[in-house]
Amino acid sequence: MVKEVLKVSNLNMYYETISGNVSAVKDISFTVHEGESFGLVGESGCGKTSVAMSLLQLQADNAKISSGSIILDGQELIGLSENELRKVRWDGISIVFQGAMNAWNPVVKIGEQIREAIREHYPNNSKAENTEKIESLFKIVGLDSSIMDRYPHELSGGMKQRAVIALALSCDPKIVIADEPTTALDVVIQDQILKEIKKVQELFGLSLIYISHDIAVIAEMTNQMAVMYAGRIVEIGPTSQLFSNPRHAYTRLLLESTPSVVGEKKKLRSLDGEPPSLINEIKGCSFSPRCPNPTDSCKNGTKEMGLIEVSPGHFADQCCVECI
Amino acid sequence: MKKNLIEVKNLEKYFEITGGFLRRKKSTVKAVDNISFEIPFGESLGLVGQSGCGKTTTARALCLLDPKTGGEVNFYNKDLDKMESIDNLDDDELKQFRRNIQMIFQDPYEALNPRWTIKDIILEPLNIHNIGSISDRDEAVFEILKTVGLTPPENYLPRYPHELSGGQRQRVSIARALIMKPKFVVCDEPTSMLDVSIRISIMDLMLNLAKDLEVSYLYITHDLAVARYMCNRIAVMFNGKIVEIAETEELLKNPIHPYTKRLISSIPVPDPSYVRENYELNYDELDSIIAKDTDQKGMVDIGNQHYVATHDVKGLL
Repeated sequence: MVKEVLKVSNLNMYYETISGNVSAVKDISFTVHEGESFGLVGESGCGKTSVAMSLLQLQADNAKISSGSIILDGQELIGLSENELRKVRWDGISIVFQGAMNAWNPVVKIGEQIREAIREHYPNNSKAENTEKIESLFKIVGLDSSIMDRYPHELSGGMKQRAVIALALSCDPKIVIADEPTTALDVVIQDQILKEIKKVQELFGLSLIYISHDIAVIAEMTNQMAVMYAGRIVEIGPTSQLFSNPRHAYTRLLLESTPSVVGEKKKLRSLDGEPPSLINEIKGCSFSPRCPNPTDSCKNGTKEMGLIEVSPGHFADQCCVECI
Repeated sequence: MKKNLIEVKNLEKYFEITGGFLRRKKSTVKAVDNISFEIPFGESLGLVGQSGCGKTTTARALCLLDPKTGGEVNFYNKDLDKMESIDNLDDDELKQFRRNIQMIFQDPYEALNPRWTIKDIILEPLNIHNIGSISDRDEAVFEILKTVGLTPPENYLPRYPHELSGGQRQRVSIARALIMKPKFVVCDEPTSMLDVSIRISIMDLMLNLAKDLEVSYLYITHDLAVARYMCNRIAVMFNGKIVEIAETEELLKNPIHPYTKRLISSIPVPDPSYVRENYELNYDELDSIIAKDTDQKGMVDIGNQHYVATHDVKGLL
């Protein structure tokens, strides 16, 4: 039995805004096992990043977790004080932010910024020990150790992103969240970074949560995945299963709207319309306005929502299993 | 044989780096170096390659946004029914030429003036070129909004760009480019900033418009999967040079040049069971080989209108 590293159950999170509460994360549950990589996919605004931020409780001031539990390695994270959370962040869970290469402090050398993170968690380490640690991490992600003495503007996008990965690994976390780590990068650099992440994951036996809007990247990087729509998980299960046998209309549309360079050229389907506003409570199926063939009960909102098991380990929202 | 709309021969765009005492010339950056291609009527050519390989510089030189430093660009002249070099145009002809060639930019958030309404933005080219009466122009704006799928148009006319989503803004950019009824549109990564779900509808819109309005595209992208969907032919660029050019499917099924192979192998495939080829390259070495190849022989035709820049095609086949 593989150990559970992270278990999220029934997590709900909302943002308080002037025009009302925006429920960005609704009733999300998933489990990440040791050494596993878990993908979260969905379009902009579906709540992927909100989930990541809730895990680290780094969300904006107006965000509130209303219920749910996040258990990291046996420890409940909800309800911890800020000081206790600081110990968990980076040591337990670390994150590679979206556009992280622009998150470096421009006036501090790269090495010093990584050293700062290590110092926070291991105050007793000597400077030489930390330098050695950073050197070994740089070697793993394919950077020269001289990069430590460089400022962020002296590095290319790909190099900065590699350094961010080294930073995320600096305190030996149990789980790393990668939030669109390659979005701003060129295809060839993206390819190199993806390989780097895979290598690091195998080397350390890390668990990974990989967030992306690109379903092709999710296909390559993960073995379990969840598709999010309007703050909910609408389908979750083994990546190979979701790709070969999608049971939710939204997953299917995502797959059919992704171009590929291999295989026969296919006509792609477009996903018209926009995701619903999360400010009001949505009655019934949130996907029905964009669904290619919704049933009557979908449209008038009488259909029950909620995940059901369609095959072992593979869950889909029951409202859309029929209209696929 | 289809008629060519645009022919580019040995196009060069060099930037001189000056500095030091009296700002003397120190070195030259060959951003676009000796590239040639042609685009027939109604066809699209994809220009793919990594960031900084000269894709956008090529596009800007074609549109006369930046003066080229060498080579020839010939554009079909309808009145004379023959190709005409854009170097010999007088002011009036130049204005005419500019009506026929338009651009769609990558970032729909930056390409639209934030203080102008959608109507002003789309109307501007008509005003500049003084086309039709004022009521004709209003009519044209109304129609083009319908064409690009922003309906009902009266809802969009008085709005400002910040009120629209990324996909809607990109539709406005497309409307602005197409209102001049151009024959040639340069698209610089028009979908790379958009969400996956919107991307396909914008690409479909552009494909349909190409068919209906007989527009040719030069489609710049770094994503070969997108280029495959959009283009009849693809040209692969590396460090300012075209290394391979062929029909889209031919290029993907039968890539010859090592750089093309590397580019194809770097695109993630939406199929978990597919294992991509691991194709690594030494870029410094590659650059010197390409420099030697293109200077010596130019492009070699290996059949099926498939051209490769290499002195040693047999060695690769």
